[in-house]
Amino acid sequence: MSERLEKGIQAMREQMDARVVSYFSSCVHCGICAEACLFFTETGDPRYTPIHKTEPMRKLWSQEYTFWGKIASKLGLSKPLTEEDFADWEMLVYDGCTMCARCSMVCPLGVDMAYIIRKVKEGLAAAGYSPPDLVAAGERALTIGSPMGVTIKTLEATIRGQEKETGLQIPLDKEGADYLCLFSSGEIAGFPEYIGSLAKIFKAAGVSWTISSQYFEATNTGVQLGDSKLAAQLVERVVAAAEKLKVKAVVSPECGHAYRTIRWDAPNLIGRPLPFEVVQIMELLDQLRREGRLKLDSTIEDRLSFHDPCNITRRGGVLQPPRDLLKLVAPNFVEMTEHGAMNWCCGGGGGVSSNERANELRLQVFAVKKRQLDEINVGTLVTSCSNCRHMLEDGLEDNEMDMELIGITELIAEHLAEESAGQKP
Amino acid sequence: MLAEFIDGPLWYFSLTVFVVGVTWRMIAVFRFGLGSDLSVPRRSAAGAGLMTTLRRFVPRREMAPRIRLHVVAGYLFHLGLFAVLLFAAPHVLFLEQHLLGFGWTPMPYWAFILTSQIAFFGLILLWLHRLMNPVSRLISDADDHVAALLTFVVMLTGCLALMEAFTGLRVLHRFSVELLMIYFPFSRLMHAFTFIPSRAFTGALFGRRGVDA
Repeated sequence: MSERLEKGIQAMREQMDARVVSYFSSCVHCGICAEACLFFTETGDPRYTPIHKTEPMRKLWSQEYTFWGKIASKLGLSKPLTEEDFADWEMLVYDGCTMCARCSMVCPLGVDMAYIIRKVKEGLAAAGYSPPDLVAAGERALTIGSPMGVTIKTLEATIRGQEKETGLQIPLDKEGADYLCLFSSGEIAGFPEYIGSLAKIFKAAGVSWTISSQYFEATNTGVQLGDSKLAAQLVERVVAAAEKLKVKAVVSPECGHAYRTIRWDAPNLIGRPLPFEVVQIMELLDQLRREGRLKLDSTIEDRLSFHDPCNITRRGGVLQPPRDLLKLVAPNFVEMTEHGAMNWCCGGGGGVSSNERANELRLQVFAVKKRQLDEINVGTLVTSCSNCRHMLEDGLEDNEMDMELIGITELIAEHLAEESAGQKP
Repeated sequence: MLAEFIDGPLWYFSLTVFVVGVTWRMIAVFRFGLGSDLSVPRRSAAGAGLMTTLRRFVPRREMAPRIRLHVVAGYLFHLGLFAVLLFAAPHVLFLEQHLLGFGWTPMPYWAFILTSQIAFFGLILLWLHRLMNPVSRLISDADDHVAALLTFVVMLTGCLALMEAFTGLRVLHRFSVELLMIYFPFSRLMHAFTFIPSRAFTGALFGRRGVDA
């Protein structure tokens, strides 16, 4: 057995816990999980069955921890895990799974496939079976501070541009502010208006906030890769920046996995509770709405819908805030048939969007989102994840669909009451 | 002689293997442990775990069009099986005399025939699905087929035994049940017990985040 294979197998061994064992002991191979997975429903390829994606770990469990498995291994009757298995499952797990966890919502035995797949990734990553693009993104995150190579100079330039755009000052390194806002590199590079929208809303609502020049990146490539060590290092940077500025809370931006990571995974990755509260931007906006601090003076008349980012809704628990916010600003808001905790993924989560070799497959599985959108015939689609937004843009363009796409923060900012929105350019 | 062995020592052996095996498998699940979750929960994980354990008896509405066969066949088989297991007259009598010391009103003969046919129909449907559906075919292994075959044999011999054609059929039924009981703890049939922690773990994780899983 090669050293890298042994490393991968050992990493998976270390991931074995009571949940995984109860899941493998329970699964009756009914295949219902396949019917919840867009990679199966849109390709018809049974290899994309979610429980099949956990096969390396199930095999390890079976061979090392079960009665028949141990006997079969001793007698040489079972085939041990090979590098070929790792290479095959790298494609299935990194290219054909967005970790959206829709499958985990439907298993009659309660198996949480996404939980196991995350652990399989630990083994694959340890053995060096990860997509090169994602590995490179992880290296950039570690060395530059951003998976896309966005530096503080780029952010400062973006801030200056947004200050000019809004006529508002955007606070950098303001010690003692209530909220520290993080961003995803995708937001800074692709949707800088998010930063300006925050400035407008926070000015109008009287929110004390800041951005850290020490660390501003919300995304965590370590989680996408399945490299907990890298993930923990990136979380520590957020903690250090928040502690330095003595903020009360960290605001996770319009980015799905960033929220799930900093809100739910971060304390477990670093092994201690976070010394600050974490809120997703929609939660904060909804809090301002409830407190009467979010004053709007117009609505969008277009028929629109909301795309739930899996990591914010299904895996994050922020289900109602976007709906309450949209009621405020969009009288013609309609839901897609399957939404909220049962939404269909955009196809680019879990690191798939950073993995160029998966592009064709990603666009193929977008067919489910196209069907959903065709059913409701909307002119505008709102979301709260810059990664979803990029994926939706790609999918709409690929399918020649004419539809406006907008982030929810930007939408709210566009309809702020004039007198409270600060100086307009 | 063979009948006496099956009714006596083999019964006690299979019962012991079943009880000890199932207990050991359940302990084996929990001895792996679970790290404590340090994130701040939105709501009680325990309550959500319990709710998911119950909620997963009913499939999600959104999934209905895609999983009708799984659900219908699954319910027919499991409901039929449990009705026969708990309410067939010989089973009630057996439980009263050998295990519990008390009994209850068994189902009439016609109801037994009906429920056992329902269970058979469900099991055969599930089995055919396993053999013919590309997904089930890919992910199924020998254990799935052995478990299904053993269950089928137990049900078949049980139906034949109830017709009381001759004593040998009753003994054959007892023998097949004992084989099933010995096989049970080492197989995927354990899902009859492990589904509880499995659902509860998932429900707790999603629930503490504020999601009804």
